[in-house]
Amino acid sequence: MSNVPDGLKYAKSHEWVKVEGGAAVVGITDHAQHELTDVVFVELPPLGASVKAGAPCAVVESVKTASDIYSPVTGVVRAVNPALTGNPALVNSDPYGEGWFFRVELASADEVAGLLSSDSYRAQIGG
Amino acid sequence: MLKRTTLFSQHQRLGARLVDFGGWEMPVQYSGILDEHQCVRRHAGLFDIAHMGQVAVSGPKAEPFLQALLTNDVGRLQIGQGQYTLMCLPDGGVVDDLYLYRLEQDHYWLVINASRVEPDLVWMRGRQQESNWGDGVTVRDESGTWGAVAIQGPRCREVLERALGRWNGERIVELSKNRIATGTFDGHPLRVACTGYTGEDGFEVMAPHAALPVLWENFLAQGTDAGIKPCGLGARDSLRLEACYPLYGHELSETISPVEAGLGFFVAWKKGSFTGAEALRAQKAEGAPRKIIAIKMVAGSAPPRGGYKVWSTGPASRPIGELTSGGVSPTLGTGIGLALVERASVEIGGPVGVEIRGKRYGAEVVKKPFYRKPV
Repeated sequence: MSNVPDGLKYAKSHEWVKVEGGAAVVGITDHAQHELTDVVFVELPPLGASVKAGAPCAVVESVKTASDIYSPVTGVVRAVNPALTGNPALVNSDPYGEGWFFRVELASADEVAGLLSSDSYRAQIGG
Repeated sequence: MLKRTTLFSQHQRLGARLVDFGGWEMPVQYSGILDEHQCVRRHAGLFDIAHMGQVAVSGPKAEPFLQALLTNDVGRLQIGQGQYTLMCLPDGGVVDDLYLYRLEQDHYWLVINASRVEPDLVWMRGRQQESNWGDGVTVRDESGTWGAVAIQGPRCREVLERALGRWNGERIVELSKNRIATGTFDGHPLRVACTGYTGEDGFEVMAPHAALPVLWENFLAQGTDAGIKPCGLGARDSLRLEACYPLYGHELSETISPVEAGLGFFVAWKKGSFTGAEALRAQKAEGAPRKIIAIKMVAGSAPPRGGYKVWSTGPASRPIGELTSGGVSPTLGTGIGLALVERASVEIGGPVGVEIRGKRYGAEVVKKPFYRKPV
C-alpha cells in the first residue's frame, strides 16, 4: 500500500504540496514513484520560472518512459532540488523527503485549499 | 481480451507489473528493471518468452525452400545447430528476424517475433505456393503447442545443470553457442538452445506450453544459490539495447534492410538466389544511404528515446535521422540509443545532437555494441 502522509495536500495528477509560510514545496507521491518505476532523470523548471496550477512544469524519466509533472500551484520557482541531478533515484527512495522537486512562492495562499486532503487522495488511488 | 501464456499465474504470484505487449498480457518487471538488468549481467535471469512464435518447416525440399526464403546460409547448418537469420521482401525490407534450428536432416524449427506470427506465415505460405514447392515442404504453425523460457546470465549454466542434468549421455550444460539439444523433462519433450538476446551466456528452453510452469518453478528453485530472478520485458529491452541487438519494429522493419541495420554478417552473399538478394547486393555495392548507428549521450543529459530527432553538428547543423531505440544504460550509467541516419553524415567518435523536448543535447557516435560480456 502506498504511503500518503497526513498534513500534506495532493493534486489529482499525483503531486504533493507542503505549505511553509507563503511558499510551497512540491514533489511526487509514493504512489506516483511506484507507478513510474526506477527514476533515472528529472528535468526541473528553471529558477524564477512562473508555474501555473495544472500546467506541466517538469519531466520525470523512468527506465521506460518520460512523464510530465504538473505544478499543483501557481507562483514563481524559488528553489529546485540540486540532489536530484546526481541521484534521481531519491524520488523512488524518499519521495516526500530528499526526493522533493521544487519550491514555489505562492501567488495565492487560497489556491492550496482547493487541493485534495490525504484522505481524498487515498480514496482516489484506491486505498 | 489479451492473450496470456501458461506462466500467467506465476507472474501474478511473483507480483509482476503486467502490460499489453502486442496483444499479450506480459510482465514488464518484477523487482524492477534496473535490478533485473543487473541480475542478468551478474548472476542469472529467467524470462517468459512463450508469446514468441514457433514454426516447423519440414519435408525433402525444406532446405532449398528456406535457402530461397532466408538471408543466411541454411546449407551451413548441421543437425543440432541454429543460426540467426532474416526473412526479406524483394526490395530488401525485413518481414522478420528469427532463429532457425536444424533439428533433423529435413526438419527445421523457426522461432519468430510474437508480433510477426501472422505476417510471417502469410509470407511463407505465399512464397511456398508461388514457387510451387508442392508436397516437398510443409509449414506448420506450432505456436499453440510450443513455448519457451529464456535463462540468461553468467551463472545460468549451473542452474541448467541442476535443473536438467544430462540427456542421452550429453551434458546440456556443455552446449556451445548456437547448438540445440533435444530430450525430455518431467515426461515432456524439451529443446535447449544456447542462444539469447541479452549479451550474456544463455539458453532458450523450448517446451510444450503445459510444461512451462513446472520448468519455470524448477529453474527458480534450483537457481536460488546462483541468485536467479524472474525478469520482465523491461530488462529484456535494456539488455538487448546495450548489446545492440535489433528489435523488430524499431531497428528492423519492412522499410529498413539488414544492410542498413548493420546485419550484413547474417546475409550469405555467396549463396544463390533468395528473396531480396538483388536489392541487398545493390545496397552493399553502392552503399545504402542510411544506416543504424549507436550513440552515447554526454553525461548528465536526459535519456534519448525512440522517435527523437538526431542532428548533425556545426554551422550547417540539420536533422539527419531519428532514434529507433533509446534509454539509460544501467551498465554505463548514461543515455544510449540506436539511430537510423544518413550514412554519409556520421563517423565513429564524431558528435551528433539529439533533440529532446525541443532542446538539443550532445551525443557521440560510438562503436557497437555498448556492452560486451567479459571473456
